[in-house]
Amino acid sequence: MKKLEAVIQPFKLEEVKEALKGIGVDGMTVTEVRGHGRQKGHTEVYRGQEYKVDLLAKIKVEIIIPTERLEEVIDTLMKAARTGKIGDGKIFVYDVVDAIRIRNGDRGPSAI
Amino acid sequence: MKKTAFAIPLALGSAAGLFAQTAPAPSSTAALEASIKAAQSAGDNAWMLTSCALVLMMTGPGLALFYGGLVRKKNVLATMMQSFTMMALATVLWAVVGYSLSFGEGSPFIGDLRYLMLAGVGADPMPDYAATIPHQTWMMFQLMFAIITPALITGAFAERMKFSAMLLFMTLWSLLVYFPMAHMVWGKGGLLNAFLGGSIPCYDFAGGTVVHITSGVSALVCAIYMGKRTGYGSEPMKPHSLVLSFVGACMLWVGWFGFNAGSALSSGSLASAAFVTTHFAAATAALSWSLMEWLHSKPTVLGAISGAVAGLVVITPAAGFVTPGSALLMGFIGGIVCYFMVVKVKAMFGYDDSLDAFGVHGAGGTLGALLTGVFASRAVNGAIAEGKAGLLEGNSGQVLNQAIGIAIAWGIAIVGTLVILKICDVVCGGVRVSTQDEVQGLDLSQHGEEGYSLEG
Repeated sequence: MKKLEAVIQPFKLEEVKEALKGIGVDGMTVTEVRGHGRQKGHTEVYRGQEYKVDLLAKIKVEIIIPTERLEEVIDTLMKAARTGKIGDGKIFVYDVVDAIRIRNGDRGPSAI
Repeated sequence: MKKTAFAIPLALGSAAGLFAQTAPAPSSTAALEASIKAAQSAGDNAWMLTSCALVLMMTGPGLALFYGGLVRKKNVLATMMQSFTMMALATVLWAVVGYSLSFGEGSPFIGDLRYLMLAGVGADPMPDYAATIPHQTWMMFQLMFAIITPALITGAFAERMKFSAMLLFMTLWSLLVYFPMAHMVWGKGGLLNAFLGGSIPCYDFAGGTVVHITSGVSALVCAIYMGKRTGYGSEPMKPHSLVLSFVGACMLWVGWFGFNAGSALSSGSLASAAFVTTHFAAATAALSWSLMEWLHSKPTVLGAISGAVAGLVVITPAAGFVTPGSALLMGFIGGIVCYFMVVKVKAMFGYDDSLDAFGVHGAGGTLGALLTGVFASRAVNGAIAEGKAGLLEGNSGQVLNQAIGIAIAWGIAIVGTLVILKICDVVCGGVRVSTQDEVQGLDLSQHGEEGYSLEG
């Protein structure tokens, strides 16, 4: 099993969700996060006081998938989240040791 | 007699003319006069009670939202509480001794104790102050000013003052600064009273000196005395919710109609005149502050609402004395001057007037009080004696009178606030919270609550 952690533009969330649903990825966890990569931040001014804001609002999507679907899911996710401009975000891939369904104790890929 | 019975429900204004022809019995004249009085009192009282409520709304929720949005998340409740506390604390002080010290006819500097515990303040009007409304209504209207004035100061020491020290500070400040100043400008026989026997007649329609200079200058003293917030200049201290501030500022604008137009103390044409000038000055100041910002970067929402408040402050002493045209100009100048004070002067001197109580109220109040001496017009306010209007109507002496009033307000605010802060320092073991409490935030450290809770 693999875990995909995708940090994406907030306004792309709906598209990503629909695209993943379209290929049968049903479960996901979404968090509002702040961060930055190569994208530059912006400046805010409050009564003349300037603040450089380099941590920008992003959405983090976490999904767990069977290893054999990895490339397909990455492909779908990329297509849905991409605008082609700097700031589109990144996808990180991790190995998952196990998964357990709390309700009935199912383990492994069948618990995803 | 039949005619008399008719005349009462008919237009009251023309009733006097009717009587000149019919010459009725003395008793019915008295009855008619009484009913004319009652009708006028009903109209005036309705507007004045509305104004009382509008001015209270300026403090809570108006100012509480405006200030609450400007602080960081961890201090939102404590900041709102500081305004709200004044609604309770100032009220009790007022009932016990404040009204008497402000409006009892005492010396030129402070009132006497004739109205202690509001003795004798009832349904009958107090003709010297407001002849057509119950004395109680006048007392309540003035109370609302005694509530918001100290609440304005809280903007300067936001995010770092102990709650206990604030309570003591506000009590002493009301007693030593506000009540004497209110008496001097508005109390019968007060030193600066322009219409009730003051020796230096200073025009202050709704509180440029009494409200905005005293609170704004005291705010500056507090900011300098207490020092900067921990991390000021190195940590971000952005407003946590400009949405709250926006709503609060709009409520201040609306409430200000009660503040200024209510200061006509009647529902007649003077109230309308003050209503117009109030609105006009807020409008031009919102535009001029925004314009100043736009010249440098972007026109911000915070700038627009700050400008509107600055315009309202500037027009306050002048509201019932100047023409709508003067109001447009005063607001425009006010927006630029206050922008300069808040954005440039504060940075130049480096004091941490957290929410700009001085830059807006102290500076705006001073400017407004001075310009009242320039633009005051007899055509607007018939109570101004001949030759006693402003500079533009040939009375250069009025600018000097205004300057003296301003100097006294600055003086009493500086000295009074310094003495009070010293006392609070000793009694409360420091006026500032500990660094640890400040970092944790005043909501938790002073009140044991959070404004925004994850578990809620």
